[in-house]
Amino acid sequence: MIGALILAISVLALLQFFVTYCHSLITVSRSYPLSEETLQIASISSPIPQHLKFRRLLQLAALCPEQGNDKMQVLAVSAYFRLLGPLRMLCSWIAPAATRWVDSERGGCTYVVAVTLDRRIAGNRVLASQHSGDGF
Amino acid sequence: MLGPVDYAIWLIVFLIELSSLVCLLRKKAFSRYFTLVLYLCSSLAVSIARYSIIQTSGFHSNEYLYFYFYSDTLLTICLFFVLMSLYAHVFSEMGVANYIRAGAMLLLAGTALVSYFMVATSSDRLVTKFVVELSQNLYFVGLLLTYMLWGAMAKLRENRTRLMQIVLSMGVYVSLFAGSYALSNLYFPNLALWRYYFPMIAAWLPLSWAYTFLRVSEDARMATAQVLAPNR
Repeated sequence: MIGALILAISVLALLQFFVTYCHSLITVSRSYPLSEETLQIASISSPIPQHLKFRRLLQLAALCPEQGNDKMQVLAVSAYFRLLGPLRMLCSWIAPAATRWVDSERGGCTYVVAVTLDRRIAGNRVLASQHSGDGF
Repeated sequence: MLGPVDYAIWLIVFLIELSSLVCLLRKKAFSRYFTLVLYLCSSLAVSIARYSIIQTSGFHSNEYLYFYFYSDTLLTICLFFVLMSLYAHVFSEMGVANYIRAGAMLLLAGTALVSYFMVATSSDRLVTKFVVELSQNLYFVGLLLTYMLWGAMAKLRENRTRLMQIVLSMGVYVSLFAGSYALSNLYFPNLALWRYYFPMIAAWLPLSWAYTFLRVSEDARMATAQVLAPNR
């Protein structure tokens, strides 16, 4: 009985902490403006990429060598994005007005991946310039 | 003995912990976040000790089983120290940090006693089951303390981004462990997957700390309301 109670409370707390943690990642990323170069590479017309671009940006970020320890951030928002997928489907049946909120959340996840891509491109450019400066 | 997957997981988690420690030290977090450094050092020491016990006694030995759970309890106690320091950071201006520390220590001792009596009084269980129950209960108490801390931060409109991310990642970690222990104790005590699952989720905390210290500066600020309701 106590074990079941611990399990139920832990699952609810995990969901809440995880969603809030992802919100904090999104909020931190939103303060970082995307460069023109990244928008061009990812074929994004607006400075705030739509949630439909998520998979494309994720693939591009995977192609780019990692900079620092940003893999966990991408994994966390990917999990959150996927968690929102079934919720969106459910909302479109039960409460269509809520789909706008879900889409904006997914847009936030897309922005985090876009920022990761941007940082990776910038980091790799610096590395490349350092190598060319060394005579490679 | 360990298989190639076990070795790979052990090595990856060990390297993540080590790089996270280096990252914290490079960002000069030693004095300000001493308990985080202490936790990572303890975690590294436990990883090495577990590896050497597996090599000498084997993965399925009783020695490894007991060492695993007792070292896990020690790490959870270190996690309590981290939580206490986070409480001290949040309540630093109110001057109540000492009362909170005393309360947390009492809670820690109380949890250990309650876990012991719960196991000792049930005749159908071995007293040695105490270690497994204790781990589950300690993580659950850690979860309650983290939840209370996050609630206080939201109420006090705490806006230090780094502190917020550390507390939230801690919340994810303790709830993941408490839930997983409860699930394994209740329904799947002999599931082979746990062997890979628990070491893998242990990497969450050092990874998230490394990210926070690398990407978020000490001066960064963020409104709590933005995190709680970002689209309003």
